[in-house]
Amino acid sequence: MGEDGGAESLRLFIERLYREESRRVLATLIRLVGDIDLAEDSMHDAFASALAKWRLEGAPTNPRAWLVSAGRFKAIDSLRRRSRFNASLRELADRLEGQARARQGETEALFDDRLRLIFLCCHPALSLEAQVALTLRETCGLRTEEIARAFLVDGSTLAQRIVRAKAKIRDARIPYEVPTRREMSGRLDAVLRVIYLVYNEGYFASAGDALSREELSAEAIRLGRLLSELLPEGEVFGLLGLMLLNESRRCARSDADGDLILLDEQDRSLWSRELIAEGSSLAKRALASQDPGPYSIQAAIAAVHAEAQSAAATDWRRIAAYYDRLADKDPSPVVALNRAVAFAMRDGPSVGLELIDGILERGDLEGYHLAHAARADLCRRLGMNAEARRSYERALELAQQGPERRFLERRLLDLTVERHPAPALKGLKEE
Amino acid sequence: MRYMMLVCTDPEAEEYDPAQDNIQAWVSEMDGQGIRIMGNRLGGVDKAVTIRKRGDKILKTDGPFAETKEWIAGFDLLECATLDEAIAVAAAHPMARFGRIEIRPFWQGD
Repeated sequence: MGEDGGAESLRLFIERLYREESRRVLATLIRLVGDIDLAEDSMHDAFASALAKWRLEGAPTNPRAWLVSAGRFKAIDSLRRRSRFNASLRELADRLEGQARARQGETEALFDDRLRLIFLCCHPALSLEAQVALTLRETCGLRTEEIARAFLVDGSTLAQRIVRAKAKIRDARIPYEVPTRREMSGRLDAVLRVIYLVYNEGYFASAGDALSREELSAEAIRLGRLLSELLPEGEVFGLLGLMLLNESRRCARSDADGDLILLDEQDRSLWSRELIAEGSSLAKRALASQDPGPYSIQAAIAAVHAEAQSAAATDWRRIAAYYDRLADKDPSPVVALNRAVAFAMRDGPSVGLELIDGILERGDLEGYHLAHAARADLCRRLGMNAEARRSYERALELAQQGPERRFLERRLLDLTVERHPAPALKGLKEE
Repeated sequence: MRYMMLVCTDPEAEEYDPAQDNIQAWVSEMDGQGIRIMGNRLGGVDKAVTIRKRGDKILKTDGPFAETKEWIAGFDLLECATLDEAIAVAAAHPMARFGRIEIRPFWQGD
């Protein structure tokens, strides 16, 4: 290998190291230097100097420890430079240097700092938008522009959001700690919510024409895997299982034109067996834990769907029973809607319709297009075509996403075509 | 790190139950730990006056500056290491149940 070949392979090695280790290095540096921005800058400096140093000296045996230590001294240098204008920074630099010299060998944390970082980014004192943006940036290493594009917001708006969140962390002194057992459940909920929101944004893009933005879902799954390694608990397994089971159907859920295909019409041979096996086993593990939470139960429901050989073979009795448990844990109107659909499959469409009408009457889901679409579908199956048409039209008024709109339009069209060969249908008389 | 804890009423909170009001215990606990520096209840909003100076004129208006159903009923000045510690202190205050509490760190400069 010539000189250039060596430099090239070192560059590739460092690039890989950046992808695989930069978040861990960052998480540890934040703990050591106590400031996110300073830690980020120092980490980048450390990677840059690795390229020059390792070329001469060869790569160290523990590159991550080298990067943490180099980053730590870069941070001290940078504080020294700035301390000409601010005396308190000099004290801070002295203190950090004292600590760094005293514990030079000890760069490996007893505890993985990435868990601290996740809990910091998802602290409930930050808004949900800020939690999502910070998590993707600091924990996943996405660039601000990438996050902005994924959430269809302006880059400078998102950058502002991140700056404000970091200022709040600093000024209100949000601690860089993993919550204690007692606080854990509430704090973990916030983390799981952020991960699931990122996943769903990548699975059901809330607006725009692309049905999915796979990279976001992939980041969420990566986070879920990391979290289940660091914090092996029921709901963490439940969420990861749920995401993997949804992911297993990604190839089957849209056709060549990007149009939506519903679960019962999907080509099941396209489902990923590998993801189903992993997701189902996580779901089982989660459900076996003491007092399974909403993610665990949703994963169990997804596993029943995934294990059915055909749509007709779906075990709706088990699914309806799981929805009862889920509604108990999470009495939200969206869960009630899904429960109604499961009951319709088990006990017939008129039972489901009664439940959905009850939910719509309470007004919580009046503006939710899927509630109207579900109602339309049950009316269609009961032959109430006029009612079905009215609900499809209402759903269409509310739906924003291209493929979902096209799906509803197709259903409406089918309804119009069907009424000619079947003039005796009840729906016609109702008009 | 100093935090101002604003104790507010909230019409949507649990109904006030004097039997469960453990304010004395909270005060002695937080004073004992050196967390609470000072604090007090405030007189009712009917005793409030809002002051503005516009040009040379001093305008005095009867009542608080925001007409709402929620008002500041008291305050405590806290010394806590982190926001999470301040949150735990606030959560133990009886008015976290019977009203609501806002925590604001002292200004750190921009």
